[in-house]
Amino acid sequence: MSGLLSLTTFAPLAGVAVILAARVLHGAGEKTDTLAKWIALVTTLVTFGLSIILTAQFDPKNPGFQFVEDVAWFAGLHYRMGVDGISVLFVLLTAFLLPICIVASWKSVEKRVVEYLIAFLVLETLVIGVFCALDLVLFYLFFEGGLVPMFLIIGIWGGKRRIYAAYKFFLYTLLGSVLMLAAILAMIGISGTASIPELMTFKFAPWLQTWLWLAFFASFAVKMPMWPVHTWLPDAHVEAPTAGSVILAGILLKMGGYGFMRFSLPMFPNASEMFQPLVFAMSAIAIVYTSLVAFRQTDIKKLIAYSSVAHMGFVTMGIFSGNAAGEQGALFQMLSHGIISGALFLCVGVVYDRMHTREIAFYGGLTNRMPMYAAVFMLFTMGNVGLPGTSGFVGEILTMTGVYKASTWTAIVSASGVILSAMYALTLYRRVMFGEITNPQLTTITDLDKREILIFAPLIVSTLVLGIYPNLVFNLTATSVDALVGAWRAAVGG
Amino acid sequence: MTFSANFSLVLPEVVLAIAALVLLVAGAFRGKVGAIFTLAAVASLVAAAATAVLGPKGAAFGGVYVADAAATYAKVAIYLSSAVAVVLGDRWLAQRGDQKFEYAVLVVLAALGMGVTASAGDLISLYVGVELQSLALYVLAAMRRDDAKSSEAGLKYFVLGALSSGLLLYGSSLIYGFTGSTHFSQIALAAAHGGSHGVGLLFGLVFVICGLAFKVSAAPFHMWTPDVYEGAPTPVVGFFAAAPKLAAMMMFARVLGDAFPAAEAQWRQVLVIAALLSVFVGAFAGLAQSNLKRLWAYSSIANVGYALLGVAAGGEVGLQSMLIFMTLYMVDVTGFFACLQALNRDGKPMETIQDMAGLVKQRPGVALAMTAFSLSALGLPPFSGFWAKYFVFKAAMGTGDVVMQWAAVLGLVGSVVAAFYYLRLIKAMWFDEAAGAVDAPSPSARAVGFAAAIFSFPIVLVALVWLEPAAKAAAAAFGHA
Repeated sequence: MSGLLSLTTFAPLAGVAVILAARVLHGAGEKTDTLAKWIALVTTLVTFGLSIILTAQFDPKNPGFQFVEDVAWFAGLHYRMGVDGISVLFVLLTAFLLPICIVASWKSVEKRVVEYLIAFLVLETLVIGVFCALDLVLFYLFFEGGLVPMFLIIGIWGGKRRIYAAYKFFLYTLLGSVLMLAAILAMIGISGTASIPELMTFKFAPWLQTWLWLAFFASFAVKMPMWPVHTWLPDAHVEAPTAGSVILAGILLKMGGYGFMRFSLPMFPNASEMFQPLVFAMSAIAIVYTSLVAFRQTDIKKLIAYSSVAHMGFVTMGIFSGNAAGEQGALFQMLSHGIISGALFLCVGVVYDRMHTREIAFYGGLTNRMPMYAAVFMLFTMGNVGLPGTSGFVGEILTMTGVYKASTWTAIVSASGVILSAMYALTLYRRVMFGEITNPQLTTITDLDKREILIFAPLIVSTLVLGIYPNLVFNLTATSVDALVGAWRAAVGG
Repeated sequence: MTFSANFSLVLPEVVLAIAALVLLVAGAFRGKVGAIFTLAAVASLVAAAATAVLGPKGAAFGGVYVADAAATYAKVAIYLSSAVAVVLGDRWLAQRGDQKFEYAVLVVLAALGMGVTASAGDLISLYVGVELQSLALYVLAAMRRDDAKSSEAGLKYFVLGALSSGLLLYGSSLIYGFTGSTHFSQIALAAAHGGSHGVGLLFGLVFVICGLAFKVSAAPFHMWTPDVYEGAPTPVVGFFAAAPKLAAMMMFARVLGDAFPAAEAQWRQVLVIAALLSVFVGAFAGLAQSNLKRLWAYSSIANVGYALLGVAAGGEVGLQSMLIFMTLYMVDVTGFFACLQALNRDGKPMETIQDMAGLVKQRPGVALAMTAFSLSALGLPPFSGFWAKYFVFKAAMGTGDVVMQWAAVLGLVGSVVAAFYYLRLIKAMWFDEAAGAVDAPSPSARAVGFAAAIFSFPIVLVALVWLEPAAKAAAAAFGHA
């Protein structure tokens, strides 16, 4: 079915239109807010439904792009959309997390609800667009456009230092992106096309690849984020509202990894090989260093944010390992991290909504009052650590296997990250959950309500299902990943 | 060529000249300005634009005056933008009980001057156009005689503008001295042969570039801009930032593209330096501003830097990128100043960033429009400002000249610095607590603001489909004078 991709991408915008119409017809007020929430929820669910249809109709045996749409635009640009085994997953992940975000903000967002929902729906369109775009400039449109809704989400509905965090997020990402824009323009100038499939087979001169790779790296490394340009992330996470953190960790960070797999590896294979040691070093440092930093955090959200950076280290090294295990692991890790870190931020949101603080020291002994919450938090903590049986394990073990083949030392150093992550995650769990309740304010705290159970249920199921039967994902991705790795090997002559 | 054939080529300007004189006489005798008066000014501008499109193409009066695709493109943009300025300024002055018939007459005269420069095929017709345009603009800046700041703006503009005209004239005389002609095509021939008079010719060229850089307010000749923008009436600033900027960029294109295509390597160096200086002066100096008119003055300096980068790229692609850039920028800046003039608190104009605090709660429509203009000026996709920069940087990257490519990268980095002050405005409007009630905006200014915002996104995505080939055809006309 052609047009399905555009439909999935722009379905959220239809929701925006309906919400605006409701706002105009009903005026501002609580009724409109509730109505808008329902409209947003239905829209995101419909989008999710469309993405499931998309995945079901997707032919996993075809390594090329599917559902391709191509309309000529101006100045040689095209509105060109399509997905392959790599991107279809991210579309699914995005559409999966958005309804959860909407439900999660049902009660916690009180001011400017309509604008909030519009920001999320616009963001969904832009993010899905990033994963579907097959034209460099179209990709850049979606990629950069996402900055604005996120800037507003952090800046309007964020915490105390929200403005600082919003600026930092925006300017960091923008600086990385404009360098990518320069590279995009150079690529169009040299190859005469902006089509991603054509550019994937275009052979840039090796010296040029170096520069282009670095420019793309500047953008994606910030987005990922990789050490040492990760410093915007903890601030953005801490200040963003819960659903904002979920989107940020669950989807926006993945745009960096997706970019590496879509652009850096196939388009600049020689440069990717040349910079492999650099990426490995940065990833290994990220894994060890940010895990240690996470261990010293006093704010729950900040701890999870640093743990995200560490987990993204596995992804980057997996991507640049250049073998199928590494790539598959990286993809799986991104998917799994999207679910697990999203769930962890939601867990923080649960107690934050009740107590309005994220200080670890404030909490303690929550198992006494919140047994269900403790169980959910436990599952996702274990997923974060990478316990076998959860999806977190599969990604880590595969990336490490892949990297082991490329660089033994990197694999060994990064393996320590598994232990370190257990250290900070379990310590966090102990301090928040175990022991007696010492803080008198906590004596009345209530366990998960129905809405919160509804949020966590799909996340729990997917974490476990993916952990037990990861082939669900690999079946989809295998052909595309093999094609990617095959092309890379052929280009670097390995 | 018969007189009537020549005459038909300059018809758009003849229409404007007659309209200006008739309006002047009518205004002087009747004294009062009514809706019909303003409407007549607008109609004459629109008629001139239509004549420019429909009229014949060719060179008139022995090539002194050129009516080609480039001139048509520029004239349509200039005349329409002037027509909008007539309406906005008239309403603004009327609100303050300060309606003057001279306003419409001066805008029409300025538009006439700009039209002449856009069609110039000779240094003398260029200079005549520049002077006509500038003199009208000096008076417009000082339109509010009772306002000290407005008078100061007019005076500053006049003194520095006269200096720049002097530079331009001196450069022209040097060029004439070393080539023996004021005609662009003759100069092009002489410049192509170079020879012993090459250095003197380059001196002339540099003087002309400096004079024109004054007119477009490119660094390091930008000093007058913030003061004039701050002092002049808001709708006049909106006009200054739009049409005259395009006209001045057209002069660059005319002189460099028609008369000096052979000296590209020489003028490119000068332009790249001026462009990058403008981008960075605009970006860094803007950081310290809290007055929005001053802020947008620095923003315009930075934007002129980008347009100059397009000119520096040279050739059809470079000039095309400049034309697209200026067109999109004109819409944005007109819309921004229309919004700014629509915003008043207790009858006083809201001109600082602090004034805009919490605007989104008070005036969501205007705030959204201003957000769109800020994001567009920031160069964020999918707003029109992104496309403007896209074409310029693509042209710069496509030259294959390493200097141009690095200039493009530096220019992009400069846009990140400037991003900070646009974000400050957005932050004030969206994040801060409301600073008090805002007067009901005037319908005309609001309508223009909204229309421009909708153009900025999403109409631009469709408009570029025909704007891009139109600009391409226009750019192809340079160098055939």
